[in-house]
Amino acid sequence: MTAVTDKPRATRASAAGSSGKGCPVQVPAPFDYARATSVADALELLERHGPESHVIAGGHSLLPMMKLRLARPEWLIDINDVAELGHLTEEADVLRVGALTRHAALLDSDVVGRLFPIVHDAEKVIADPVVRNRGTIGGSLGQADPAEDLTTVCDVLRAQVVIVGPAGERVVDIGDFHRGPYETACEQNELITEVRFPIRARSSSAYEKVERRVGDWAVAAAGAAILLAEDGTFADVAIGLTALGLEGLATEAAAVLVGERPSEELLAEAGRLAAVASSPVEDQRGPVDYKRHLADELTRRVLRRSLERVGATAGALQGG
Amino acid sequence: MTTVQERSPMPQEREPNPAMTAADRPIGYGRVQRKEDPRFIRGKGRYLDDIVLPGMLHGAVLRSPMAHARLVSIDTTEALAHPKVHAVITGKDLEGLNLAWAPTLSADTMAVLATDKVRFQGQEVAFVVAEDRYSARDALELIDVEYEQLPVVIDARRALEPGTAVIRDDKDGQTDNHIFDWEAGDKAETEAVFARADVVVSEDVVYPRVHPAPMETCGAIADYDPIDGKLTLYETTQAPHAHRTLYAMVAGIPEHKIRVIAGDIGGGFGNKVGIYPGYICAVVGSIVTGKPVKWVEDRSENLMSTSFARDYLMRGEIAATKDGKILAVRTHVLADHGAFNATAQPTKYPAGFFSIFTGSYDLEAAYCSVTGVYTNKAPGGVAYACSFRVTEAVYLVERMVDVLAQRLEMDPAELRLKNFIRPEQFPYKNKTGWEYDSGDYEPALRMCMEQIGYADLRQEQAEKRARGELMGIGVSFFTETVGAGPRKHFDIVGLGMADGAEVRVHPTGKAVVRLSVQTQGQGHETTFAQIVAEELGIPPEDIEVVHGDTDQTPFGLGTYGSRSTPVSGGAVALAARKVRDKAKAIAAAMLETRPEDLEWEKGRFFVKGDPSAAKTISEIALGAHGTVALPEGVDGNLDAEVTYDPPNLTFPFGAYICVVDIDAGTGKVKVRRFVAVDDCGTRINPMIVEGQIHGGLADGVGMALMEFIGFDEQGNCLGGSFMDYLIPTALEVPDWELGATVTPSPHHPIGAKGIGESATVGSPPAVVNAVVDALAPFGVTHMDMPCTPARVWAAMQGRATPPI
Ligand SMILES: Cc1cc2nc3c(=O)[nH]c(=O)nc-3n(C[C@H](O)[C@H](O)[C@H](O)COP(=O)(O)OP(=O)(O)OC[C@H]3O[C@@H](n4cnc5c(N)ncnc54)[C@H](O)[C@@H]3O)c2cc1C
Repeated sequence: MTAVTDKPRATRASAAGSSGKGCPVQVPAPFDYARATSVADALELLERHGPESHVIAGGHSLLPMMKLRLARPEWLIDINDVAELGHLTEEADVLRVGALTRHAALLDSDVVGRLFPIVHDAEKVIADPVVRNRGTIGGSLGQADPAEDLTTVCDVLRAQVVIVGPAGERVVDIGDFHRGPYETACEQNELITEVRFPIRARSSSAYEKVERRVGDWAVAAAGAAILLAEDGTFADVAIGLTALGLEGLATEAAAVLVGERPSEELLAEAGRLAAVASSPVEDQRGPVDYKRHLADELTRRVLRRSLERVGATAGALQGG
Repeated sequence: MTTVQERSPMPQEREPNPAMTAADRPIGYGRVQRKEDPRFIRGKGRYLDDIVLPGMLHGAVLRSPMAHARLVSIDTTEALAHPKVHAVITGKDLEGLNLAWAPTLSADTMAVLATDKVRFQGQEVAFVVAEDRYSARDALELIDVEYEQLPVVIDARRALEPGTAVIRDDKDGQTDNHIFDWEAGDKAETEAVFARADVVVSEDVVYPRVHPAPMETCGAIADYDPIDGKLTLYETTQAPHAHRTLYAMVAGIPEHKIRVIAGDIGGGFGNKVGIYPGYICAVVGSIVTGKPVKWVEDRSENLMSTSFARDYLMRGEIAATKDGKILAVRTHVLADHGAFNATAQPTKYPAGFFSIFTGSYDLEAAYCSVTGVYTNKAPGGVAYACSFRVTEAVYLVERMVDVLAQRLEMDPAELRLKNFIRPEQFPYKNKTGWEYDSGDYEPALRMCMEQIGYADLRQEQAEKRARGELMGIGVSFFTETVGAGPRKHFDIVGLGMADGAEVRVHPTGKAVVRLSVQTQGQGHETTFAQIVAEELGIPPEDIEVVHGDTDQTPFGLGTYGSRSTPVSGGAVALAARKVRDKAKAIAAAMLETRPEDLEWEKGRFFVKGDPSAAKTISEIALGAHGTVALPEGVDGNLDAEVTYDPPNLTFPFGAYICVVDIDAGTGKVKVRRFVAVDDCGTRINPMIVEGQIHGGLADGVGMALMEFIGFDEQGNCLGGSFMDYLIPTALEVPDWELGATVTPSPHHPIGAKGIGESATVGSPPAVVNAVVDALAPFGVTHMDMPCTPARVWAAMQGRATPPI
């Protein structure tokens, strides 16, 4: 599992209680700091400083938690100088994205936008430019916040995560990477180095999020990736939900579409099943019934947008 | 785009001339870039936290995690043992100094550091003084406090139920959570009008708890000099002089030995009017350690413990004829004041100026009653640019007028036009005792409708409705009451609401103006220089404005309630006129003529009929300080001081229209357009006026759509960070479209009315009215703020609920 001991997200920490004594402190507890120069160096530092040492990338999840003293690492191993983690490489059937790639770089990349429009959809609504300039894809996946947007994106794109540790490198399917809220397959002494996105023809994707305000975490969001067969039927569909209490993909919602020709009725059915698959909890962002409604509404929207993007079957949809 | 319609021969607004050079910029009123901006734009503002004094220590406050609990014990041993800690102060220590409790601005008391109980989450329990702010905060964790939890009172509606825990059992004779009952208007007369009205509509309207959330949080640096017994206190305060007097009264330090300095203030909005426990702790910390002590809040401390705003639960009722003549308005308010009654407001007005809820309408009767209660929440209450509860009042009446329009199936703009106080009725005495100084309402609303294209929008809305799309148009029209005094009616803890100003012209003709009010971003350094410039013809850049230091400025009550220009603006203009009168006498001596034979032209006196025989203001200044033989009774300077006690309040007004689009699938509201036509009387610097309006409109959109301090059942504050307490960004607000009419105040020396809060007051109802208008097809007649996606969607399902 990654990172820090007790980790309800910083957003939840407003109700005092953060320091254990109840005062909402906003400076971190004492810690030490080291700057890694390479992946090997980072692994060595993690090993040397032991279980209470943690990687820091953009710091936009870890630092807020430290300031509220929800996280108290003894050592921070800063990987921002590790140039080998900043790549963005298109190959024939895969896009390889280094773990230190910033949100802003993903949003700026034409390659990313062309291959995976869902990434741009999501990046446009992740935080604000200041956060996007620093926050990284590795940190987002490493944080594994249930309201974090790139997790859903990686889920529906069936990404793979490359993890390097003392025992060498392993490639983990995104489904196996997640172990639950704030828990991943990346151990404390390991490093996420890369995320791989398979490139597929006749496919597209979309993401939509409802937020109370720009820069806010999702009230709810949905993402979809579709692959159409030659005959215009769905060959593969992946639907994911953010902040809606669903781990992994909404498989039943996707299953009703596969092999079928797109129609509004089918999308509505997929939306309904996505809502059934969700198990949201009430919070300040909204009650359960509303969030369930959003699971349905947003699922239909992202499927529709994916279809529009793949350039198919507008006619069929209108007929539906 | 700005449209200005002149409604009087009062000072002309000068639009900027693109080719304007330094030589022909306005000397007086007009668009002048702010004198303070060069330092702010270059990051050279000097805020409290920028100040570092030699040997300075740092304080941090330990706060209660519980909303209501008995303090069983506090153990500070471990914290004191921290190598960098110099002192730990608890309520017990303060008791010894008679400082554990302090008076509030509403004749109540508040705990400085808790001694018996904690009464809200975030309440101050102990104060650590250490070598740096990090150690101070580390040491907080080393203090061991034992609490015994008590039942909490969170829902104000239940605060007065028998058997409810009594929060203020520290007060003799207090056996419940009742603070006050207050009423205005004529109850019987109002009942009679309601009884014979064709139509009565009523609605429960909640103005939820919000927070001013200034960009700079609150803080203080106390520097007590044990040798000469002088306390220098740097503070984030909107009212330095009032603070000095209060410290003298509370802490027993003689007033001449206290100097309060407020440097640049990063926003106040009412949040920085009161005295917070942290300030007092910093003072005690400095006395105890013999060193300067700085205390600056974290953001969460600011949101959780300092003056909130609103929290009014209102029952609104309107009586009207069936053809839409509004007859009477009636309301009962339950006011949640939190754990201590600490609202900053004039003594005789426990509900502030809420009785202006009669709005801009000519009514036959009106009545309101307000009940204030204690709850286990942070104290405060009048803040966030509300003009002492005018915000709540305007929201209530403007929401209710729309409810009536919907019931009568009348256009909400037409309904307002039909009921406005007419121009010939001014000065207008309303049914709760206010005398509106001047107003001409219809042209403002018509200008607003014209500018937004009201008829076309209604057409577009009809088409969209037919297609199932949700679009709403919201109208609001407000009248504010600002600029308190007169001092015979308005005081704060016994200090009359008047303000002093001093103008001095130096021998070379440059001037300095000293103010009692304190800018927090309003541009005082520019506006007040322009007032003097207009009166004396000295260019604004040759006039230094000094404020925010009690050793350097005359006494006065400070900046809040939109009172700086109405009160201090009057003081400055009158002081400048005194200087001008004196200059005339001296000019006459210099020109060897009689004062009656002189004529004033901006910047100089000349002999009637001989314009070449003249003395400029700088020549006169040099003369005054030089060797000119002065006339009888005129001393050798060009100085004057005035304390201005306004004869009445001023009544700015405005018409706002907002257009929203709502995503029917998600409930997300998008503010598409917003036109604001404001009338604040004389516009001294239209650019600053517009800036004030822009900020207030953004505040209003924020409150209408997202801002909210909620609590859970245990009394945990749910709005304690900017992740949870949302304030709007540039992306939630449209490009503001402004217009203006100019109806000067007849009683004010320069006809100016104050603009600081108009937009915050007027915009929330415009946005909410637009949202409700969009939702009308679902049978929605009212929904409470904040109109978040989830709450809007619930309203669409017929389940609109109050947020609290
Ligand atoms: C105001 C604000 C709003 C935000 N809004 C959103 C939003 O709407 N949607 C959203 O998705 N996110 C949001 N975020 C989070 C943002 O996207 C973060 O940047 C991201 O979650 C974490 O990336 P980081 O690089 O900053 O990670 P860090 O904070 O540096 O690290 C996060 C965690 O991941 C671990 N980690 C980092 N890199 C690696 C690695 N290479 N290998 C192993 N472990 C690693 C760290 O040890 C830590 O546990 C917001 C953040 C802020 C401050």
